[in-house]
Amino acid sequence: MTALLEVDGLRVAVNGGAVVLDDLSFSVARGETLAIVGESGCGKSVTSLAIMRLLPPALRLTGGAIRFDGADLATVSPTRMRDLRGRRIGMIFQEPMTSLNPGLRVGEQIAEVLRIHEGLSRAAAWRRAVELLDHVRIPDPARRAMEYPHRLSGGQRQRVVIAAAIACRPDLIIADEPTTALDVTVQAQVLELLKSLQREIGSAVILITHNLGVVAQTADRVMVMYAGRKVEEGAVAAIFDDPRHPYTSGLLRATPDPTRPRPARGVLHEIPGMVPRLGARASGCAFRPRCARAVPRCAEGVPPLLATNSGLAACLFAQEGAAA
Amino acid sequence: MTPLLSVRDLSCRYETRDGPLWAVRDVDLDVMPGETVGLVGESGCGKSTLARCIVGLTPASGGSIRLDGEELLTRRGPSLAQRRQMQFVFQDPFASLNPRRRVEALIREPLDVHRIGTPAERTRRARELMERVGLHPDWGRRFPHEFSGGQRQRIGIARALALSPRLIICDEPVSALDVSVQAQVVNLLDALQRELGVAYLFISHDLALVEIFAQRVAVMYQGRIVEQGSSAEIWRNPSHPFTRTLIEAIPIPRVDQRSF
Repeated sequence: MTALLEVDGLRVAVNGGAVVLDDLSFSVARGETLAIVGESGCGKSVTSLAIMRLLPPALRLTGGAIRFDGADLATVSPTRMRDLRGRRIGMIFQEPMTSLNPGLRVGEQIAEVLRIHEGLSRAAAWRRAVELLDHVRIPDPARRAMEYPHRLSGGQRQRVVIAAAIACRPDLIIADEPTTALDVTVQAQVLELLKSLQREIGSAVILITHNLGVVAQTADRVMVMYAGRKVEEGAVAAIFDDPRHPYTSGLLRATPDPTRPRPARGVLHEIPGMVPRLGARASGCAFRPRCARAVPRCAEGVPPLLATNSGLAACLFAQEGAAA
Repeated sequence: MTPLLSVRDLSCRYETRDGPLWAVRDVDLDVMPGETVGLVGESGCGKSTLARCIVGLTPASGGSIRLDGEELLTRRGPSLAQRRQMQFVFQDPFASLNPRRRVEALIREPLDVHRIGTPAERTRRARELMERVGLHPDWGRRFPHEFSGGQRQRIGIARALALSPRLIICDEPVSALDVSVQAQVVNLLDALQRELGVAYLFISHDLALVEIFAQRVAVMYQGRIVEQGSSAEIWRNPSHPFTRTLIEAIPIPRVDQRSF
């Protein structure tokens, strides 16, 4: 399968300072869902912003290529990028209240996408917006299109954002924590909606999340990030079954799951220590200070990504069986 | 055994343009000494309002709240001695800590307010508490913004422990934290309970976490408690349809249990 998006050696740094993303490479195929997982500060959101060329002014792309269907997004002109965003790359953010304009009717916010990218007339765009609201299963869409965002529930707002994101049937949808602000029952509905829309349109999805449950339920492949680097990657089933990076297995075990045995001490399995601050990452393997398996050799250079039964893992012991 | 906290027929009503809104309605809830009771529900179900009514931050419209058999819903409200027995840990530790005060002062503050011990003793106690919750006692001169989310929640817990309460009401104490940090904070709460015998009313939207952490669970829906019982039993055999919906919606981190 040819990749739709191929990120190669991506580097992002704070202007003249700390490295945020370090030599990150991954690809996404058409129709596939890739989950990017990690805890706050691991660089998962920065990765999505870098792909969309929406990095905040304090951050700069310092290297690498972002090949999207033949073009390198790292170097295309801002005009071309604006044309791609919204038309061929749809975006869904965590907090629908901040990604929607509070002063515009929701129908207008979807119609706007269609007028700009597809050149539809005002009336045609509005008609299509109402259809899209219906499509994302908002009841009474013609009336709802007239509402302002504050009149909708959190789940409905996120459906509006999804409707705008899929309006042009994009090849790639980037969803950054799309359900984190929602209740668990609403989360299940929104994930199911995203999944069925993806099947219908055939888009690739990059799903950024901290929730391993969400990954297990929705993604085909998963990339685990820690301190700005990829530490493990592979098919979801394989990684969840046989994680080879100690951080991945630590995250899996720390996630509350009543169907699994309890730890000998305490209630949940802990990962000791905490995520390093930007600019204060350990030499060699950044996870080394928190790792039970660490040896002096882990400090000598960044561990290479080794092939495992489950995919790739950046741990010196990745080929020696299950991570501790 | 008599309950430490006993809530009966508690209601909290707000007047709105469209008539009265019952945020909490006819709630019965007991917490035994040294026990953890989980209170689960979705946003707007009334779980935070219930917690705030119990500690007297929101006035209840009717019913009874007894602490150790003593009524709290009197005209004068809970006494200072009663308030000392109940402390609160909030969801967002950054919003609940005064950003301009140093950590040692923040942890000492409840002791200052209740005039417990000499100033030197209070400082010593604050340093002990910092150590107990896993913060370096030398960090007492720092401000809240110098700490990570998990560390701030440890500050909130130390502050709640300062008066040696018998009940701590934790309102979504770990939902703003990363999963590895969440595990650390939950285990800290667990260890403190074993050591000090403190009871928790643990409010959360995460039924999986509550099943693991709490001995008993109360499920709240539209202001009412719709189901209550041992957490293992409710997880295995939920009787209310809403509880079933809630359990089915939890994304389980296993691929053999995909639901869509």
